[in-house]
Amino acid sequence: MLRIENLCARVEEKEILKGLNLHVKPGEVHAIMGPNGAGKSTLGSVLAGREAFEVTAGSVAFQGKDLLDLDVEARAHLGLFLAFQYPVEIPGVSNMEFLKSSVDAVRKARGKSDLSSVEFMKLAREASKKVKLDQAFLKRGVNEGFSGGEKKRNEILQMMLLEPSLCILDETDSGLDIDALQTVADGVNAMRSPDRSFVVVTHYQRLLDYIVPDYVHVLAGGKIVKSGDKSLAKELEAKGYSWLDGEVA
Amino acid sequence: MSEQVEHLIRKEYAAGFHTAIDTDTLPPGLNEDVVRFISAKKNEPEWLLEWRLQAFRAWLEMDEPNWAQLNYKAPDYQSISYFSSPKSMEDRPQSLDEVDPKLLETYEKLGIPLHEQEMLAGVAMDVVFDSVSVVTTFREKLSEAGVIFCSISEAVEKYPALVQKHLGSVVPQKDNYFAALNSAVFSDGSFVYIPKGVRCPMELSTYFRINEQNTGQFERTLIVAEEGSHVSYLEGCTAPMRDENQLHAAVVELVANDNAEIKYSTVQNWYPGDEDGKGGIYNFVTKRGVCHTRAKISWTQVETGSAVTWKYPSCVLRGDHSVGEFYSVALTNNYQQADTGTKMIHIGKNTRSTIISKGISAGKSQNTYRGLVRMNPGADGARNYTQCDSLLIGDRCGAHTFPYIESKNPSAVIEHEATTSKVSDDQMFLCQQRGLDPEKAVSMIVNGFCREVFKELPMEFAVEAGKLLEVSLEGSVG
Ligand SMILES: Nc1ncnc2c1ncn2[C@@H]1O[C@H](COP(=O)(O)OP(=O)(O)O)[C@@H](O)[C@H]1O
Ligand SMILES: [Mg+2]
Repeated sequence: MLRIENLCARVEEKEILKGLNLHVKPGEVHAIMGPNGAGKSTLGSVLAGREAFEVTAGSVAFQGKDLLDLDVEARAHLGLFLAFQYPVEIPGVSNMEFLKSSVDAVRKARGKSDLSSVEFMKLAREASKKVKLDQAFLKRGVNEGFSGGEKKRNEILQMMLLEPSLCILDETDSGLDIDALQTVADGVNAMRSPDRSFVVVTHYQRLLDYIVPDYVHVLAGGKIVKSGDKSLAKELEAKGYSWLDGEVA
Repeated sequence: MSEQVEHLIRKEYAAGFHTAIDTDTLPPGLNEDVVRFISAKKNEPEWLLEWRLQAFRAWLEMDEPNWAQLNYKAPDYQSISYFSSPKSMEDRPQSLDEVDPKLLETYEKLGIPLHEQEMLAGVAMDVVFDSVSVVTTFREKLSEAGVIFCSISEAVEKYPALVQKHLGSVVPQKDNYFAALNSAVFSDGSFVYIPKGVRCPMELSTYFRINEQNTGQFERTLIVAEEGSHVSYLEGCTAPMRDENQLHAAVVELVANDNAEIKYSTVQNWYPGDEDGKGGIYNFVTKRGVCHTRAKISWTQVETGSAVTWKYPSCVLRGDHSVGEFYSVALTNNYQQADTGTKMIHIGKNTRSTIISKGISAGKSQNTYRGLVRMNPGADGARNYTQCDSLLIGDRCGAHTFPYIESKNPSAVIEHEATTSKVSDDQMFLCQQRGLDPEKAVSMIVNGFCREVFKELPMEFAVEAGKLLEVSLEGSVG
């Protein structure tokens, strides 16, 4: 599914990723934890193809293709989805319109038939029910005036409709109360399947009680410094990241 | 456009052609004889010739305004021909194959049907006569309601008293340089009259006007809504018209009598010039309406065309409790320049006005909002709300805002809000991450920005306006 080898990347002349390796097989859930500023969001941005981030070395293969060779929307068409840490507002563009345009674009690129407005509305309503967003949110501007939790649930809504094969969730749990956390986790779990993988960036072990990962990695100083199973998350929670100081090169 | 309109356009073309037989073309130049010639060609009554001559003499004494945030070479008024016969069939392109492919590409993107493309591009078409034409039904319906909708030349002939009473009553001949020029040499335009208490049974579109072909560059429009009447008027077209005239100086006058309501919507998409700023229309327009007691005038405009736009649709709120509204989207790209806005003159008590202006600048263009809100001493309890937003695409364009406020009444309330924003990298990245290409992303963000204005447009226009923005923004990203 995803194979990252020795990935190095910088933004504004600053080296952030320094030789990162990560292999994700279909159906797997990988959690990435790590201190603030370690480069977790940068990894998401680089994988999604954000322009400001420059890859200086390494390779990324996704679905058998050279991911770094593709532009942002082509990566999305291929099935890469990034749920943002800080979802941005697009005033005046209704959520429904935004979702429909996205789904249309992605389906078209994947050679699928167009959905009629009625079919789409039905899907959108079902998905919004699953993430417990009132239908009124479909009519509002994209993230316009949404609370933090509503924005995050809106990300999951988009993820459900776009049917990606690789979902990168960047601190989707931050700022959520326990009920919202449950909702988001339920959404993710419902989407788990043998041919869909997840990379879940989080600071908190509690999310991993709901979304049980196959692997847990610690990202520090621009690379993965430790990997393990879900017990690693518990250990981190108990001991903090400084416990790993010796392992950061 | 619907099939109906397609039919109509063929018919309209037929009509235009029919009347265009007996003309000559004047050599370039402007003097009193030219004004007399135009008036004579149109068989105008003596009073109208006198009226034109007064305008002409005033124009000679006036200077071209230079206060706008516009930088262009003033037209040479002596090098323009002020009367020309419509092109004969032989002079027109014989088929779409002879039309500029770029223009055709744009028509294609706007989804304009072939027949309409031919009309817009001025192709010599077979004249198809359709006896059950929409025009006939349309005219019948209007006349049943007592509504007059015809060319201003026809109105001068058939309803001289109405025209004489109202022409120049809102925009006097000497109002400004371009209005004076228009008054002296106006070619044609529309006349609309809605009798007392009548609600016009359909939206009046310039599409439906007879003799459209002949309006030329100095268009004159007059709309009179009698007491308690109601009309919605649509001007323009989303498709760029082929036009060889560089200078356009139109005048539009609206009269809304007590309790009447006029809604005037415009889509302006004249040729903006090429990517390097060569060519393009100079558009100097004077539009103004007067509202009597409890009357309402609402201007909605979507301006994406022309190399230079100078335009301030205004409301004189004369009667107590009258209402003026101005909703505007002005988009400039490449080297376009727009200086546009409105004037709200509050004279009566408890008058209200709303101004929503959305300026979008891309490329190397300059986009200026210029608006005046004046509260006269008698305007007790008057209120204005102005919201003026600018959106920048890229960093080589400019947005400017000049709000003028003159309040001579302490009980009047004026609220003004202004914002400037950019299409942000974050927004673009979000859209692209969700699978949209950059052009679609920009047009969606821009359409969202314009939403408050688009919702004021008649339904069909709103959809077209959205597409129009998309086409006008081409090349603005990447
Ligand atoms: N656009 C940017 N410009 C400059 N520095 C950036 C930018 N984005 C991230 N950084 C820097 O890169 C480092 C890693 O950031 P980030 O990937 O957001 O960390 P994390 O998500 O792990 O907290 C931080 O020092 C941050 O300040
Ligand atoms: Mg982060």
